[in-house]
Amino acid sequence: MANLSVNIGDLKLTNPVMTASGTFGYGREFEDFVNLEEIGGIIVKGTTLNHREGNAYPRMVETPSGMLNCVGLQNKGVDYFCKNIYPDIKDINTNMIVNVSGSTVEDYVATAERINELEKIPAIELNISCPNVKSGGMAFGVTCEGAAEVVRAVRKAYKKTLIVKLSPNVTDIASIAKTVEGEGADSVSLINTLMGMVIDIEKRQPMLSINTGGMSGPAVRPVAVRMVWQVAKAVQIPVVGLGGIMNAHDAIEFLMAGATAIEIGTANFVDPAVTVKVKNGINEWLDAHGIQDIHEIIGALKDY
Amino acid sequence: MKKYILDLTVRENTSPHEKYVLLKMTSDQPLPEMAPGQFAEIRIDGSQSTLLRRPISINYVDYEKNEVWFLVAKVGEGTRTLAKVKAGDTVNVVLPLGNGFTMPDSPCKVLLVGGGVGTAPLLYFGKCLRAKGIEPTFLLGARSANDLLQLDMFEQLGKVYTTTEDGSHGEKGFVTQHSILKQVRFDQISTCGPKPMMVSVARYAKAEDICCEVSLENKMACGVGACLCCVESTQKGHKCVCTDGPVFNIKELTWQI
Repeated sequence: MANLSVNIGDLKLTNPVMTASGTFGYGREFEDFVNLEEIGGIIVKGTTLNHREGNAYPRMVETPSGMLNCVGLQNKGVDYFCKNIYPDIKDINTNMIVNVSGSTVEDYVATAERINELEKIPAIELNISCPNVKSGGMAFGVTCEGAAEVVRAVRKAYKKTLIVKLSPNVTDIASIAKTVEGEGADSVSLINTLMGMVIDIEKRQPMLSINTGGMSGPAVRPVAVRMVWQVAKAVQIPVVGLGGIMNAHDAIEFLMAGATAIEIGTANFVDPAVTVKVKNGINEWLDAHGIQDIHEIIGALKDY
Repeated sequence: MKKYILDLTVRENTSPHEKYVLLKMTSDQPLPEMAPGQFAEIRIDGSQSTLLRRPISINYVDYEKNEVWFLVAKVGEGTRTLAKVKAGDTVNVVLPLGNGFTMPDSPCKVLLVGGGVGTAPLLYFGKCLRAKGIEPTFLLGARSANDLLQLDMFEQLGKVYTTTEDGSHGEKGFVTQHSILKQVRFDQISTCGPKPMMVSVARYAKAEDICCEVSLENKMACGVGACLCCVESTQKGHKCVCTDGPVFNIKELTWQI
């Protein structure tokens, strides 16, 4: 049994496997399938200051080895989360992390302040990269100025571990990562979904209600690995890698590219027990290669 | 109800019609309890590009034979691949998912209206109603006689009335035009089929003030209420078809009826 524990800022993970926001509900949805406490961290559904109904149906279309979604941050708002959901999840013995999103800087700050008061939430993932909302969301994550403004404001209000989730829909993701590092982020996670579109040619109409959606699944993985590799070289803070991880092999690619931890998203829809399988698979691979500590493979990529 | 990820073994794959297959599956463990109207998320193996599971309603459960049946319409790459499984193959399923149909508390006149492959979950519902001493009436519609599936099974469970668009079986026309609706006043209607059909059934039920529920099949990813992709607009906002449904009372929905 290799040592799988890693740290993201002050956050201690028993293993590097986390769940990607929006793909694992609040954790409870999956407790029939996996022991939630074996997962290094559970990042719950994106939470905003106010209730959001999200976008109209249809919100999902399958694509070759992937899918597009345009859910649009449907959630009941931070007050509902604090009163009704937090009491139910706070005693799950792993890191329960809240993904925070907003339309304005003030929204982000107000939501982060509320989450900061919750004793059993050790970290937030700041979502400046949602492609499916009209205002805010990705708008902050596609320029260095926008990213700096929101991270600076949230950093003042939020005292625990701050992970910033980056958009891949940019020209130079490393420069955005360096900017948020400069504003005090403890970590960056990437990638959020890639903007895509599918058309029903008979109806001459897009397949999604807001025309475009965010693409995820194994089809995006090479793009994600490349971006994690670029960002990990550019920043000193730990990087959390995600994008199409289906198994331990994929997770190890991200670790070698420089990710300290990884998130599993779309794969939860294919195999609701995948998280623990990936954790066990990483351990088996390390054992098979005589490696005693996961840190020996983090960023251990050799240039070709 | 606890949900399971199971490797089931295909016992039989028969094709009642070129567009459908009936898959009978079993397990080396006793199958879990399943309620009528619930569904399974079936993993599609052997397709190059299909990633997501396919939600398929539970057609029938035979606990004595430890069998669960799925009636699959071949509509796309995923279901066409699934339709190719052979006896002895292993199929990975997550079940039971969703809420299921409403079981009446006391004996009453229950009408089950199905269209096309939407008749599938009504068979198991009929079996469960019979087990409670309620003999259901089935009203099944299809394009033509060929598309009326499992009629012999339905006939063992209750009275069966049919409509076909070409008149090749039962009354010609749509289910909502069938004469039985003018002769008998039902206490509850449960329906599953193409949306235009369910909308007409809902309209009839509303006009007659009959309790009516519909089973929806919105495009779905996770099946467990996590991704929020399959939502239906309801009086209380967006609800997940996979967990709050697939069965909804028509009063909950925002359909124009």
